[in-house]
Amino acid sequence: MPNLERYKQRYGLVAIDGAMALIVILLIVQIWLLSATLETFLAGHTGAVLPATIFSGLVFLGCLVLDLFVTRVDQQSRKP
Amino acid sequence: MPLLRSPSKEPLWKDELSVFTSDERYVTRRQFTKFLTLASLGMFAGNLWILAKAYFVKAPSFPSAAVCEVGEIPVRGAKLFAYPTPRDHCILIRTGEEEYVAYSQKCTHLSCAVYLSAKEDRLECPCHKGFFSVRDGSVLQGPPPRSLPQITLERDGTRLLAVSVKGS
Repeated sequence: MPNLERYKQRYGLVAIDGAMALIVILLIVQIWLLSATLETFLAGHTGAVLPATIFSGLVFLGCLVLDLFVTRVDQQSRKP
Repeated sequence: MPLLRSPSKEPLWKDELSVFTSDERYVTRRQFTKFLTLASLGMFAGNLWILAKAYFVKAPSFPSAAVCEVGEIPVRGAKLFAYPTPRDHCILIRTGEEEYVAYSQKCTHLSCAVYLSAKEDRLECPCHKGFFSVRDGSVLQGPPPRSLPQITLERDGTRLLAVSVKGS
């Protein structure tokens, strides 16, 4: 049983690290998206603002789902 | 310090504001993930703010101002003026007998003043060698990221009037 516990913890850590790496990648995409949207808006073009905002919202939802996933896996791996 | 710490019995604020330096530096993966998610929310809010500015803030209205008399400057000549405020320097260019164009004089790269190079038939920024087309203000070469804002002109008898700014 202790081996199973250790395996569960290790699996949980790998899953959490993977999710965190994914969130960081999503954040980099979102930063780029925000700066590009601001640039086009300041240039007087508003056509790209709505799609960029929708995509940014989807990226945020993705981050939220990953956050919930991390919380759940963390709780599961700590269960006695 | 161990990489993983068992959940503390203390309230979160006691963990965060611990008297022990080592505890203060400790951030759990869950806390870090929450921080990243909050940053993501902040950037989404930024995009929403730009969206609100784009769709709900009405376009500015520009005054009408006399720039010069028709025929006051020669063909391929230029005249400097200020529009819509005295701080906004612009350049008027006569491209043909009856053709005039006007642009903001601020380079879209780092705001140096552009000038007309009649020999090369282009507007040049001396700071970083950014070149703009005289025809439409588009970027021909160099670091400027976008076209020069164009001043809309109207003819009123023998006078040329500046009436609005496009792409500012």
